[in-house]
Amino acid sequence: MRLIEALEVVSETHPGMLRAHNEDSVAVEPACGLVVLADGMGGYNAGEVASGIAVTVMISEIVPALADATPIQRDEETGEELAVVSLGAAIRKANASIFNAARSQSQYAGMGTTIVSALFYDNRVVVGHVGDSRAYRLRGERLELLTRDHSLLQEQIDSGMISVENARHSKNKNLVTRAVGIDGEVLPELHVHDVLVGDIYLLCSDGLNDMVEDGDIESALYGLQGNLPMAAEQLIQCANDNGGRDNVSVILVKIKHEYAQPRSWPVRLLDWFKK
Amino acid sequence: MTAKLILSLDGVVVQECPLIKERVTIGRKAHNDIVINNLAVSGVHAAVVTILNDSFLEDLDSTNGLSVNGEVTKKHFLQNNDVIEIGKYKLKYLNDQVSQTSASDFEKTMMMHAPAIPVQSAAEKSGDTGHYRALQGAAIEESGGDTRLGYDRVAKTGPNPVVPPPLSPAQPASRAAAVQILNGPNAGKELELVKSLTTLGKPGVQVAVLTRRPLGYFITHVEGAIFPSVNGQALGEQPHQLNDHDVIELAGVKMEFYFKD
Repeated sequence: MRLIEALEVVSETHPGMLRAHNEDSVAVEPACGLVVLADGMGGYNAGEVASGIAVTVMISEIVPALADATPIQRDEETGEELAVVSLGAAIRKANASIFNAARSQSQYAGMGTTIVSALFYDNRVVVGHVGDSRAYRLRGERLELLTRDHSLLQEQIDSGMISVENARHSKNKNLVTRAVGIDGEVLPELHVHDVLVGDIYLLCSDGLNDMVEDGDIESALYGLQGNLPMAAEQLIQCANDNGGRDNVSVILVKIKHEYAQPRSWPVRLLDWFKK
Repeated sequence: MTAKLILSLDGVVVQECPLIKERVTIGRKAHNDIVINNLAVSGVHAAVVTILNDSFLEDLDSTNGLSVNGEVTKKHFLQNNDVIEIGKYKLKYLNDQVSQTSASDFEKTMMMHAPAIPVQSAAEKSGDTGHYRALQGAAIEESGGDTRLGYDRVAKTGPNPVVPPPLSPAQPASRAAAVQILNGPNAGKELELVKSLTTLGKPGVQVAVLTRRPLGYFITHVEGAIFPSVNGQALGEQPHQLNDHDVIELAGVKMEFYFKD
């Protein structure tokens, strides 16, 4: 099954109730199985510029990389699959582009962005992220968080300094410890997950998960799984009804069919030997 | 304004101590930041560690212990107006940081250039204070600084983190309401509409949702061949606002919507 038939993809972004600017950017390329969401930061319109560069670079790097190779092909140096390698490389490329733009134009100094991205291939998905934008998965009736925020609060939770229950009272919520475009180099976090038919993947900016509790996200995705555009609209509406203090963006990907990468038998045999 | 501790005895203020240092110690000995010269107080009794806008209180294995708001504790994440008791002395914690910052500033994501907590800190979760010190020098900077310090460690951690619960959002300010089933085997059953979204029907087959919003309650058709009706009128694709005592019919099941107060 081709990706475009196997996946249903919906995206939506909203400035929220208090902000004049929308510093979030989203881009989807269903034919490649690629979705990207970025939450920019920086003064004036620098946040929009940074997140805009991030999604544009990601799409323009990955689409051609997958056009002349299969995503399961292994990289000769690292032994990693092309899907994983190219997602990581695209995030690094986005980092370099934003970093250089910020250095060359003073009004963009210090701009940066988070990125959360997913590339669906061969009945799997590789999720790559930097910062506090998240990827969730609804499987059956349960919502699971697939990413770990690169934030001060998450580090405090990990070190046992602050309990999960207390974290909601923290005044240090919006400090990210990693971002794209701030430094000359960035280390994206990449993980591959198996995919099942019926799964719904949610990528979102913190404007959603700061305003809407995980339980409400879960019930909205579960109840509205038959109508993905409505589910996206409901999540944004819910964030805005609760105050909408930040820009809010969501990308939803529903797995409708399997999408194994076609392999000819000599390739399979070769793969088997390489293991 | 920075957070501060106000030391008092029998309702009389003794000392006011702004929490400008990362670590402020409280005890009987003279080298403490807050000295309480009383035999019930240990030499170095407790410490308050402040990281940006958050302060944490820790009992340093004192002989007589301490309590916060009447509860004995070893470690506590201080909230505005908390009262720490050490013997007969009281220390009130004041931090009105949130009201000082506008909501939109507060939500703004910022990059933190920090020597992040080192790997071993996760292991020494217990009472030990070592991991607090690791954050010394943590600061927000506009530019510059080395962001790579913390990278390696975070990259090694697994993909299944503890989920920090979101800020408890203000509930939509709509009145309490419920639906009661009028026919069929479940007749008489009442379903209170407490969540922002209540699903009627079976996902994948036939679904309508009731959404609770600041302006009121709405019913929307989600999926399935049959559209619900309200007071005998079939619904379209758009959400429909519900009025008191409206009768909803979905796939043969009738239910009445009403406000609870």
